[in-house]
Amino acid sequence: MSDAATHALEHHEPVTSTGIPSKKILMWAFLGSDCMFFGTLISTHLIYRKISATVGSTTVDIRNIFDIELTSFSTFILLASSLFMALAVSAIHKGNLTSTRWMLLGTIIFGSIFLACQVYEFTHFVTHEGHELTLSHYQGQDHVFGSTFYVLTGTHGTHVAIGVFWLLGWLVYSFTGKMSTADAMDIECCGLYWHFVDIVWIIIFPVVYLMEYAF
Amino acid sequence: MATESVKYVAPETETKLQNQVFPRPGQHTTGIIDWLTTIDHKKIGFMYGLTALFFLLVGGLEALLIRSQLWNHNLDILNNREYNQMFTMHGTTMVFLVIMPLSAAFFNFVMPLQIGARDVAFPRMNTLSLWCFIAGGITLNLSWFFTGGSPAIGWFGYAPLTDNRFAEVMNDMGPDFWVFSLQILGVASLLASFNFITTIINMRAPGMTMMRLPVFTWMTLVVSFLIILAFPAITIALAELMFDRTYGTNFYDFQEGGKPHLWQHLFWIFGHPEVYILILPAMGIVSEVIPAFSRKPLFGYGLIVFSGVIIGFMGFAVWSHHMFTTGMGIVATSAFAILTMLIAIPTGVKIFNWIGTMWGGRIRFETPMLFALGFITMFMIGGFTGIMHSSVPIDAQHQDSYFVVAHFHYVLIGGALFGLFSGFYFWLPKMTGRLMNEKIGKVVFTLMFIGFNVTFFPMHYLGMIGQPRRTHTYNLGHGFEAWNQIATVGAFVLGIGIAIGVYQFVSSFFDKKLKPAGKNPWDARTLEWTLSSPVKEYNFARMPIIKSRDQAWENNYGPKEKHSEKEPLDDHGVHMPDRSWCPLVTGAGLLTLILGMLFHATKDLETGVVLERDYMIPIIGGIVFIIGIIMWAMEGPGGYHLFPKEDEE
Ligand code: HEM
Ligand SMILES: [Cu+2]
Repeated sequence: MSDAATHALEHHEPVTSTGIPSKKILMWAFLGSDCMFFGTLISTHLIYRKISATVGSTTVDIRNIFDIELTSFSTFILLASSLFMALAVSAIHKGNLTSTRWMLLGTIIFGSIFLACQVYEFTHFVTHEGHELTLSHYQGQDHVFGSTFYVLTGTHGTHVAIGVFWLLGWLVYSFTGKMSTADAMDIECCGLYWHFVDIVWIIIFPVVYLMEYAF
Repeated sequence: MATESVKYVAPETETKLQNQVFPRPGQHTTGIIDWLTTIDHKKIGFMYGLTALFFLLVGGLEALLIRSQLWNHNLDILNNREYNQMFTMHGTTMVFLVIMPLSAAFFNFVMPLQIGARDVAFPRMNTLSLWCFIAGGITLNLSWFFTGGSPAIGWFGYAPLTDNRFAEVMNDMGPDFWVFSLQILGVASLLASFNFITTIINMRAPGMTMMRLPVFTWMTLVVSFLIILAFPAITIALAELMFDRTYGTNFYDFQEGGKPHLWQHLFWIFGHPEVYILILPAMGIVSEVIPAFSRKPLFGYGLIVFSGVIIGFMGFAVWSHHMFTTGMGIVATSAFAILTMLIAIPTGVKIFNWIGTMWGGRIRFETPMLFALGFITMFMIGGFTGIMHSSVPIDAQHQDSYFVVAHFHYVLIGGALFGLFSGFYFWLPKMTGRLMNEKIGKVVFTLMFIGFNVTFFPMHYLGMIGQPRRTHTYNLGHGFEAWNQIATVGAFVLGIGIAIGVYQFVSSFFDKKLKPAGKNPWDARTLEWTLSSPVKEYNFARMPIIKSRDQAWENNYGPKEKHSEKEPLDDHGVHMPDRSWCPLVTGAGLLTLILGMLFHATKDLETGVVLERDYMIPIIGGIVFIIGIIMWAMEGPGGYHLFPKEDEE
C-alpha cells in the first residue's frame, strides 16, 4: 500500500477526502438507490398479491404452478455464486491471477445457471396447461399477480444478467495480460453489486415464493 | 494539520491511463467538437443552463396560452383537450426541464469550485447526464407531432387517465412519450446525483471539512440524496405503466384488479421529495447571496444545514398530504397531517436564519439580493398556504381548486425560480467574466415581482370562491371573470420580465461592452470568489488549503491564521482528463432505444390492437448503448497535463 501511495503521488492520482476510492462511494450510492427500486417493486407485489379482478371470488391458488424445489435450488445456486465472487475479490487483492480467473468463471457459471432456471420457470409458467400465468391472466382470469411477479423477478433477473456480462468483461480482460492488483478495487465494486443482487433475492424468495405457502 | 486527513488511493495502472484505443479529441480541441465531447463541469453547467432557459421560454409560452384561454368565460382559444395538453406539458416542462436542470446547472458550475475541486468525480458520467437530459427534452416535445399529440394527463399522470381505453384519441401516443421521456430524464438526474454525492464526499480540498462546506454545496448534497432515493419510486411506477400500456399488464387497470390509488401513492412518494428537490437548491443559493449582500456571515450555519437535512429526511414522510381526499382512513390522514405541519418548522427556521443574517448587516440592494428578498417573502406566502392545506378539513375545500395552484406557484416561481434568478445574477459574472447591467436587472426584478403577484395572488381568492383547477373554462355567473383577467394581464407582465431576464443572461456571454467582473465583484464570501472570472479550465492552479468557512472573505478581511494556503506547484503539472465521445454515443444509443420502443408496435387503427412488433430499432439503440459503455470502460479517463503559473487561477 505504501508503494501504491508514492506511486499515486508521482502520477497525480486523484486524492480523496475520505481515503475511500470514489468508485466505491459511487457503487454504495447506487446500491442505496437500487434498494428503493426493489423496495417499490416488492411493495407493489405485496399490495397486489391477493387481489383478483372478479370481486367476491376466492383468490386463486398460485401454488398450482409454483415449483418450489426448482426455485429453492436456483436460490441456493445464486447464494453459492456469492462465495465465488468473494473468493475472486480476495484473489485479485493478493494478485493471484489464475485463482481470480477461476473464481470469476465460477461466479459466471452459477449466475448463468440461476438465469437458466428463471428462463425455464418463466416459459413453464406461461405455457402451463390450465394454469397459465401470463402478464395479465392467471388460469384464464384477469389477474394482477402475473404483472407484479414477472416485472419484479424479471427486474431482478436483469440485474443478474448485467452482473454476468460485467463479470464476463473482467474474465476477458484477464486474458489481455493487463490485469493486476490495481484492478482489485474495480472488481470489488463489481462484487458489491453481485452481493447486493443476491441479498435482494434473499428477500424476494420468501416474499414472493415461500409466503404463498404460509399465508 | 488539515492535510493529514488526506490519503492517497491506489492508482490505476499506467497502461490504463495511457490507453488510447479510440481516437479522442485532443487537448486543444475547440468549436463544436469541444462542446460535443467536453467533460468540463463548467461547460456542462453552461449547456444545462442554456437548454433549461430555452425550455423556460417554451413552458412560459404554454402558460400564456393557458392564461389566454381563461381570460373570459366559455372561451375556446384552446378546446378542452388542447387545454389539458397545455397544462400537462407546462407542468412537466417546468418541473423536469426547467427548475431541475437549472438547479443542475448551478450544481455543476458552482459546487466543484466551492469545495476546491478541479472537476467532479466522474466527468464523463456528468456529460452523459447532460445528453440524457437533452434527449428527454427532445422526446417529451416530439409528442406534439404524433398520434394524439401531447399527453393530456397532467404532470402527475393519474391513472386511469393514462389508460388507453379512456384516451380521447385512438392510439394516443402522448402518455407513451411522457413515460419514456420521464424515464430518461430520471436517468439524467440519477447519474448527476451519484456524481455530486461522490464529489462532495470525496473531492474536497484539504481542510474543507463537512462543516466548512458552503450551504449551497450542502443543499446540493441533500438534493442529490433526495434524487437517488425518490426517483426509483417514479421510475418503477413509470415502468409498470409502460408495461400496462405496451404489454397489457394490469398494474393500474382497475377493470382487471389494478389499483389506480397505488399510482397516486408511488407518484407522490416521489412527488413530495421532488418539491424539495426543486426548492432546496434555491434555498442554498439564497443562503449564499444574503450573507454576501449583508456583509455578515450566515447566521446559524449549523442550524441551516441541519434543518436542510431534516427537511430532506421528513420530505419522505408526508407524501399522502396530496391524497387527503382519496379516503385513506382517519389514522393515515391524521398522521400525514401532523407530519406535514411539522415539516414547516425546519422551513421556518431557515427563514429566521436569513432574517438574522440581514439583521444589523450593511445591506446592498443589488439584483441578486433583490431576487433573494423576493424569494424569502414570496416563499413565505407559499409556505403559509402549504400549512393551511396540511389541515385535512381545510384541504378538503382547497383540493383541486385554484387555491392549490396559487400555493405551488408561490413556492415554485416566487420560491424556486426567484432563487435561481438570484443565482444567475450572482454567479453569471463568474462564468462570463462580465458584470450584467444593474438597471436592466432591476427592471427584470420589478416586472417579475409585480407580474407574478398580480397573476397568482388573485388565484387564492378564485380558489376560495370555487374555481376548479385543471378545467378548461368556466361559466358566466360565478364572478370569476374579473380576477382571471387580472391574472392574465399579470402573466404577460411576468412573461415579459422573464424574457428580458433570459435575454440578459444569454447576451452577457457575448456582449463585449459589459464591464469586466474581476475576481470578486460582490465581495462575496466563498471559495469560488478567489478564482478569476471566467474560471480557468483547471480551476485551481495550486490546490487550496482551507482554513475557514468563508474563505474568500477571510482571505481579504480575516486574521492571518484564517487565510487559505496553497499546496506547492506540482512539477508534473495539473492532470486534466481527456475529452470523450463515449457519453455522446451512449446517450444517442439510449435515445434511439427509447424512440424505437415508442414506435415498435404496429397497431390496428380502428381497435388499437397490436398487430405486429418490430424490435429492430430498439435493438440497434441497445447495441449502440452497449458499444458506448464498452468503449467507455476501455478508454479510461485518459489525460494530459497543464502547467499553469503560480497564481494563474
Ligand atoms: C411549508 C411547507 C409546505 C407544505 C406544508 C405544503 C403542503 C402542501 C399540500 C398539503 C398540498 C396538497 C394540496 C392539495 O392538492 O389539496 C401541496 C401541494 C403542492 N405543493 Fe406544497 N407544501 C409545502 C411546500 C411546498 C414547496 C416548497 C413546494 C415546491 C417547491 C411545493 C409544491 C407543491 C406542489 C407542486 C403542489 C401541487 C401538486 C399537484 O397537485 O399537482 N410545496 N402542498
Ligand atoms: Cu407535498
